[in-house]
Amino acid sequence: MNPTPNPPAPGASVILDAAAIERALRRIAHEVIERNPDLAKVALIGIPSRGVEIARRLATLIEQFSGVSVFAGVVDVAMHRDDLHRHRIPPRVERTILPDDIDGKTLVLTDDVLFSGRTCRAAMDSLSSFGRPARIQYAVLIDRGHRELPIRADYVGKNLPSALDERVHVRFAATDGIEDSVWMSRTP
Amino acid sequence: MSTDLRTSSPDLRAPGATWSRKDLTAIEPLSVAELTTLLDTATAFKTVGTREIKKVPALRGKTMVNFFVEPSTRTRVSFELAALRLSADVINISASTSSLTKGETLKDTAKILEANHADIIVLRHSSAGAAQFLAERLEASIINAGDGAHEHPTQALLDTFTIREKLGRIAGIHVVIIGDILFSRVARSNIHALTKLGARVTLVGPPTLVPRAFEHLGVTVTHDLDSVLPDADVVNLLRIQHERQRKEYFPSLGEYTALFGLTKQRAEMLKPDALIMHPGPINRGVEIDSDLADSGRSVILEQVTNGLAVRMAVLYLCAGVRGGAA
Repeated sequence: MNPTPNPPAPGASVILDAAAIERALRRIAHEVIERNPDLAKVALIGIPSRGVEIARRLATLIEQFSGVSVFAGVVDVAMHRDDLHRHRIPPRVERTILPDDIDGKTLVLTDDVLFSGRTCRAAMDSLSSFGRPARIQYAVLIDRGHRELPIRADYVGKNLPSALDERVHVRFAATDGIEDSVWMSRTP
Repeated sequence: MSTDLRTSSPDLRAPGATWSRKDLTAIEPLSVAELTTLLDTATAFKTVGTREIKKVPALRGKTMVNFFVEPSTRTRVSFELAALRLSADVINISASTSSLTKGETLKDTAKILEANHADIIVLRHSSAGAAQFLAERLEASIINAGDGAHEHPTQALLDTFTIREKLGRIAGIHVVIIGDILFSRVARSNIHALTKLGARVTLVGPPTLVPRAFEHLGVTVTHDLDSVLPDADVVNLLRIQHERQRKEYFPSLGEYTALFGLTKQRAEMLKPDALIMHPGPINRGVEIDSDLADSGRSVILEQVTNGLAVRMAVLYLCAGVRGGAA
């Protein structure tokens, strides 16, 4: 569920502003190109909701830098989560959008924040029911630590050491209607 | 290359799921936001049917009981498949095999099911309000699969879903529902769902089966089918329910067909892109011409496919809420 668009509270620490987010995404786009000589086989798959915006922006940047048009899609994770019973209301289910055939493809999962790693696991489970990709890579804007599963990101916009009671907020103009920004707050 | 995000973009600003009910007993109390959440969730679940592996783990470890006190094939099978695709365990109980035949009350039978850790009970019953009765007394999620002549919410959802998918919207669409409205829970649920979402609904049939009293639900009632067909975007033909009717409601099936059956000649009067729907089972040659039922304009089989997606959405949303309290 998208929280109501809210700018960082006064005193909240802004981690990345719009320009810094853009720089991070451009760097990740270059890294994806560098790591994958066969770019035509790469598809960027966003995890809803803000990971989808990241997939879309990375696809545009990669095409701009390399001239290769890479697929940008969506993978629903809600129906593959292991914590359905922990939510007060059921997480929103999104329509999955993938290339017609993912066998042999390199899928780059994209998300805004990497935390426990459980969302990534759910996304990988979901992808495996569509076929057998050659490999799955993982790109995140923020890695805040506190992994609960043996999962790491291949591409990281910013490593952000955080305390468990801190919250990381990512907002995009396209998804939230306010200027691109990343900030942290402490749960009261 | 297949369509990707740049050509087919999900609405990332769409509000989150609006759903906090453990049960689905009727369409009437639902808000527009809840209906939309159900339909949107069904859209996502529909794609599960196109995967190589048509199963997701969302309800792994949950148990669903199909408790059908009235006979049904399509609804029971649809719920069972929906639950299996969500990785739930399923057991089926029908009236003839349950202890209801030994005089056990509905509540006691349901309590026994719950004591066996049933998380979801899908109930079909001949008494209006049976599902609501259990919903108020049990912790388990209760899904109404038809209660007497009251409501059949998942049928209305799949009809609405099919219309939205085929025509792109519900608001402003003119839906003509023909036939046995008086005895039809499908009609009642459809009327509530369609009017809430802004469709225009016209009911057609003999005055004995389509009384004017229905107009208080915000629909138009007419007894002249030919006058409404040219303006219809959707015709939904209801089955003449032999089992619920005595013969005095209309003189003969032949006369019913002559006045209210969708014959080939009548179908000519429809707009070329009008949809022909039927919740099934079809009485071929009575409500609808047999060839017409099999024609390209009929979406009867797509309704069945969509029924699966809609029921997955209902199970997912209701069980998801219930889990929070467990």
